[in-house]
Amino acid sequence: MTCVHLLLTLVFAVSLGTPVEVHRPRGVPLSKKPFYEENKPFTCLDGSKTILFDQVNDDYCDCKGGSDEPGTAACPNGKFHCTNAGYKPTFIPSSRINDGICDCCDTTDEYNSGAKCENTCKELGRKEREVLQKMAEITKEGFLLKQQLIEEAKKGRGEKQSKVTEMQDNKKQLEEKVEALRTVKETAEQPEREAKERHLKAWEEQKAAIRLVKDKAKMAEAFLELDDNADGLVSVSELQSHAELDSDTDGTLSEAEAKGLMGGVEQVDTATFESVWENIKDKYHSESQPEEPAPVETPVDEVKEPVVDNESEPYPEDISEEEDEDDDDDDEYHEEDEKAPPTMKTPEKSQEDEEAMPPYEADTQVLIEAAQKARDDFEEAEKALREMDDQIRNIEKELSFDFGPNAEFTYLYSQCYELSTSEYIYRLCPFNRVSQKPKFGGSETNLGTWGSWSGPENNKYLSMKYEHGTGCWQGPNRSTTVKLTCGKETMLTSTSEPSRCEYLMEFITPAVCQEPSNIDLSAHGHTEL
Amino acid sequence: MQMTAVVELCFVLLLFLLFVSAQAVDRSNFKTCDQSSFCKRQRELKPGQSPYRALLDTLELSDSRLTLQLINDNNKVRLLLELYRLQGNMTRVKINELKPIKPRYEVPDVLISDPITEALSVVSQDDNSLVLSLGGNEQRLIVSAQPFRLDIIEGPQVLMSLNSRGLLAFEHLRVRKDTISHKISSTVGSMWDSIKSVFSSNSESEETTGQQKEEQPTSEDGQIKEEEEEKPGMWEETFKSHSDSKPNGPSSISLDFSLPGVEHVYGIPEHADTLRLKSTENSDPYRLYNLDVFQYELHNPMALYGAVPVLISHSTERTMGIFWLNAAETWVDISSNSPDTVSSDAPQTNVRWVSESGIIDVFIMLGPKPADVFTQYASLTGTQSFPPLSALAYHQCRWNYNDQEDVKAVDQGFDEHDIPYDFIWLDIEHADGKRYFTWDPIKFPTPKDMLKGLMDKRRKLVAIVDPHIRVDSGYRIHNEIRSKNFYVKNKDGGDYEGWCWPGNSGYPDFTNPEMRAWWASMFAYDQYEGSMENQYIWNDMNEPSVFNGPEVTMHKDAVHGVWEHRDVHNLYGLYVQKATSEGLIQRSGGVERPFVLTRAFFAGSQRYGAVWTGDNAAEWGHLKISIPMCLSLGLVGISFCGADVGGFFKHPSAELLVRWYQAGAYQPFFRAHAHIDTPRREPWLFGPENTALIREAVRQRYALLPYWYQLFYNAHNTGQPVMRPLWVEYPAEVITFSIEDEYLIGKDLLVHPVTDEGATGVTAYLPGKGEVWYDVHSLQKHDGDQSLYIPVTMSSIPVFQRGGSIICRKERIRRSSSCMENDPYTLYVALNPQGFAEGELYIDDFHTFNYQKSKQFIHRRLSFSNNSLTSRNLAPDAQFSTESWIERIVVIGGSRPSSVSLISADGVESALEFEFSSNPAVLTVRKPSVSAAADWTVVLRREQFINVYKHLGVRKLGDFWVNYLFKRKDSDWSIFNEKRKLKSAM
Repeated sequence: MTCVHLLLTLVFAVSLGTPVEVHRPRGVPLSKKPFYEENKPFTCLDGSKTILFDQVNDDYCDCKGGSDEPGTAACPNGKFHCTNAGYKPTFIPSSRINDGICDCCDTTDEYNSGAKCENTCKELGRKEREVLQKMAEITKEGFLLKQQLIEEAKKGRGEKQSKVTEMQDNKKQLEEKVEALRTVKETAEQPEREAKERHLKAWEEQKAAIRLVKDKAKMAEAFLELDDNADGLVSVSELQSHAELDSDTDGTLSEAEAKGLMGGVEQVDTATFESVWENIKDKYHSESQPEEPAPVETPVDEVKEPVVDNESEPYPEDISEEEDEDDDDDDEYHEEDEKAPPTMKTPEKSQEDEEAMPPYEADTQVLIEAAQKARDDFEEAEKALREMDDQIRNIEKELSFDFGPNAEFTYLYSQCYELSTSEYIYRLCPFNRVSQKPKFGGSETNLGTWGSWSGPENNKYLSMKYEHGTGCWQGPNRSTTVKLTCGKETMLTSTSEPSRCEYLMEFITPAVCQEPSNIDLSAHGHTEL
Repeated sequence: MQMTAVVELCFVLLLFLLFVSAQAVDRSNFKTCDQSSFCKRQRELKPGQSPYRALLDTLELSDSRLTLQLINDNNKVRLLLELYRLQGNMTRVKINELKPIKPRYEVPDVLISDPITEALSVVSQDDNSLVLSLGGNEQRLIVSAQPFRLDIIEGPQVLMSLNSRGLLAFEHLRVRKDTISHKISSTVGSMWDSIKSVFSSNSESEETTGQQKEEQPTSEDGQIKEEEEEKPGMWEETFKSHSDSKPNGPSSISLDFSLPGVEHVYGIPEHADTLRLKSTENSDPYRLYNLDVFQYELHNPMALYGAVPVLISHSTERTMGIFWLNAAETWVDISSNSPDTVSSDAPQTNVRWVSESGIIDVFIMLGPKPADVFTQYASLTGTQSFPPLSALAYHQCRWNYNDQEDVKAVDQGFDEHDIPYDFIWLDIEHADGKRYFTWDPIKFPTPKDMLKGLMDKRRKLVAIVDPHIRVDSGYRIHNEIRSKNFYVKNKDGGDYEGWCWPGNSGYPDFTNPEMRAWWASMFAYDQYEGSMENQYIWNDMNEPSVFNGPEVTMHKDAVHGVWEHRDVHNLYGLYVQKATSEGLIQRSGGVERPFVLTRAFFAGSQRYGAVWTGDNAAEWGHLKISIPMCLSLGLVGISFCGADVGGFFKHPSAELLVRWYQAGAYQPFFRAHAHIDTPRREPWLFGPENTALIREAVRQRYALLPYWYQLFYNAHNTGQPVMRPLWVEYPAEVITFSIEDEYLIGKDLLVHPVTDEGATGVTAYLPGKGEVWYDVHSLQKHDGDQSLYIPVTMSSIPVFQRGGSIICRKERIRRSSSCMENDPYTLYVALNPQGFAEGELYIDDFHTFNYQKSKQFIHRRLSFSNNSLTSRNLAPDAQFSTESWIERIVVIGGSRPSSVSLISADGVESALEFEFSSNPAVLTVRKPSVSAAADWTVVLRREQFINVYKHLGVRKLGDFWVNYLFKRKDSDWSIFNEKRKLKSAM
């Protein structure tokens, strides 16, 4: 057995760091000392077995739970207690005993490894106290600020609620006004419509008369044209010279067809031509007029598919992630929407020789103006109502947010906070969205929109989750977790991307500061001696 | 000119896009045999009568070297055949052109030395054949003249035939005779003259010896050549938009091998395919051409990152190997006369090798046992480097750990979750603009602080150093390489440039020894700023990967000194790792063992570190294929193999991740890695249950580190693989020949990882009639020679210890392997049915070359027989002191002893306490407390109480009580202790 090994099997450690060490097996906390009675059989704390006392800390694991070897690394699941006088006592896994790494600030874990450890407990304790003190100050101030925030939020909430109530009343009045104006409008529109219809009817009649006259003239002209032999009669054969009148679309006007058009007779005079004219006028081409050119059809074979290059591979649309971020679907859709459907050609325009409708008569004009005014008044009132509705909805939406148990986060609503890093400007708009914009040009990337509070179960208000940001190449949509810590100011203190497209922001705000009395200065365990 | 540049840039961009955007391997990026002109030409050649004839009268024989000429009767080109008998039952066959118009490439630096030759003697000779003796065992080499073939026989049995199918084809170097060459006919003409004079002098010499027979007249010689058929792709070849200028014209070589009686062949990694090679009759041949394949597919013969041109054949009768020493693009066709149940034809496997350039240089390893083939191959290319112990522990990698804070947080995460790890890795983002040997000034401003922080935890770091060098006049590495003229050249003589991670990059010529020496010197602590002794290196992209090159690699007409890239391609990656590994050795003054991971490799790469299976994916199929991929590498010397745990691409489910950790914990190189676009996956991010499962898997790895270390020591000394297919240890059990879902670690542990989603059980085959295996977790005994169904839960990793073995573990799992160096051992003695077991224990300082230089190590044989376990020194001339001791001995499968005692080296006997449980039969001996370096024996006695009583006077009291308790059939320690206390109180 080596000397080293003898050392290993020593049951009691010679206390190195703390002169007033209570005598107990190495690695045993004071609270457990009663279980380790010197020179009495030791029963494993899990009750699994009883062993001789000299097998406690003899560097061999006898108890399943590891309780026989609190001061050696023999048991895989043992715990070693560092007293750490001057700092916080702690347990470390017994596998860290004598592994050459200083874990306990009082150096007691490295009693046989050759590791040169220094007792740093005092220094750590001092630093810890400083930190705690600083934190306490911040917390104290932060908590005061938080109280103000709560007050303000309460006030603000009250104000908003009463505003909503007030607006609801106004809204009712507005609605009544809208209804009244609607009646006025409808009343004014009735005579307007009637006057317009009258005017239109008169115009239609006039137009029909004119058309009739023109038709007669055309008929006469056609008769003269058809009557090739000028015998005052149009015969079947004369009609046959007008192939365009072909009814079975074989390109020629057969005798039978012509006869059919002639109403079964061989020839007609000017009077009986009237009925023939009815049959042919739609197709008839005047010989003095040139034929209408046929509509130009685009030859089908000229329409080609875009040339497909066999060498080129199907590339994804986005050239890089940056570009991918650019594609803002909303914009595209808006553009689509703005494109009006192709305008239909008004039939009037194609009818050549018809004149424009004459202006309304003065009394009709008066009626129209009156109706227009009623319409404008109505629309204005309706718009006001819509705006009012929007305002109410917005306030109600704000009121519906979970702004914390005491509404202390209310003040963050509709604010934005920025943080500039070497490459990007990050922007957090609480309860709304998180974004990232390259410092030197380039468009903004959405890192997520407000999702929910996502803190631990005991206090979900310690972190926020923003989700469904711009998608990542081959990956998920971007999302951001915002960790909130107590501070006097409200600001974004850091951002990182611990995992691709999953961002983490640290944000300080007084709204999460705890009441100072709730902060246990020795929260990490009671100070032992 | 500018236009070209723009077009090229666009193309680069497009190619890069293509590279990063594909979802799975884009096969069209890689050549099929049909698209590789030499492969197409060669494959068009069908088996038949060989045009080659051996000119037996040209025979020249010194004691160890036989040469004779071969002539191709179609074109009269002569080849020189060299035959060597090599020490250790090997035959070397070399075939080159007798008078090539310029030298052909012969692969340097792969063989560790000139193989030791043994005398060859002619046994008999007649007109058409020559019989040579290959030494004992009635082994003969028969050279048949017409058609030329070689047969290796043992007694009446043919072991292997070469050119028996007439597929020897040697494209001789020639002068181009197309229009362009006519234009420069003056130079060519003079070349022709010199060539003709070579040939005429050749014929003249034959004439003078009066042995010229049916040779064509000299003048016609050239004529015949000129008439030879020109085939497309001989002088120029294009693939996609890349053209290969082929200034040397056709130069490919081919040879066939027939293996009578063989149905199973293995090896020729790297392919994502089954362990047992498939017939390629209805597919492309297996391809060996180091390529960066993006999102590779499983189960096909496509080339991957590395190439080892070694094929192993195995039958119940014999194991053999064929080592085709050629570094050019190579294709391997495999066909078999599969056993036809109707006909009585003996099975036979035919293998045909085709390479684009170089010479035929084949080593035939004749076994006969698997272990012999490994020894034979190791004698040629060396053995696995012996890694520092920590490299065998767990590695945590990710592309990328973002910055120093991230590294620190991950390091702390491991402590918080009490999971050990030894190495954290930094991928390409750590360097300043992908300028390797530098650190990103914002993310890693103080690398030494980071390294020091890791060192304080006795942990280490690996940083990536890739061989593509950013072309940037502000980058010292680039400037030095350029000024020293160390870059690979393009066909026009300028520095070759290609596109890789940093953008436009140069590629150092690692085939140049001066370049390698310079590269190695860059790892010196004063050269590589921010590096420290606990930083090691990872060489990625060393196929080499060129994003805008043909098949994502370097143009074949790029130039390395006097050779084309075509000749050296598969060797490039080996050289990169070699130079890096030498750099790490040099920076420590030759004291420390290096650790370098490489993605590309070749025969001999085992000497320089570890390899991994490249960019796999988080899919169950990829988990499964990791086993045959690493087994195949192990068979050809590369034992230090692993796959990215979790899968590189994509996001693994928690179940897949846990199963991968469980499998990876039992593979040689154990590293988790992930693509930059995947969500984080440190072991504690999948909920406490999965964290616990992963912790347990990693802990099992750490407990077994002594065994892994001893196996690597063994691999380093003997060339035996660490991870072995079952058939290697059970060569007569045909059922094992195709098993690839389980394997052996050494010969004593059998592992059948769970690789199926939602598995509720696995069926493991336990080999060995009359043998027994013990489940290492339950210690239950199972008979060999059976398929055993094992129900599994998420915590199960089916592992069995062979009855008859002793395995040393360290069961105190700490933060890192370094923290465990002085910890005591627990010996697991698994008895075979004869009550026998043996094993080894190897200890040294775990990280230096002192084991080699000054024999500072402990190597012990542990053997259990006749109820006593003895530790005996296997290396009496070695010396090392250790603080480690034996804390526990677990004897599995024996019966209850009446007493257990330790007899130390000086003969003093002392009683040991023990526990025994009968189902399963496990004896646990408490705390022998003897140094791991000492000689000792532990004796289990089974005397009757009465006998013990008789001897009470001469025995120690402890024994009395042990035996007293034994009589009471009560082994409960507490009662024992009560009694003992009572006794001491008396």
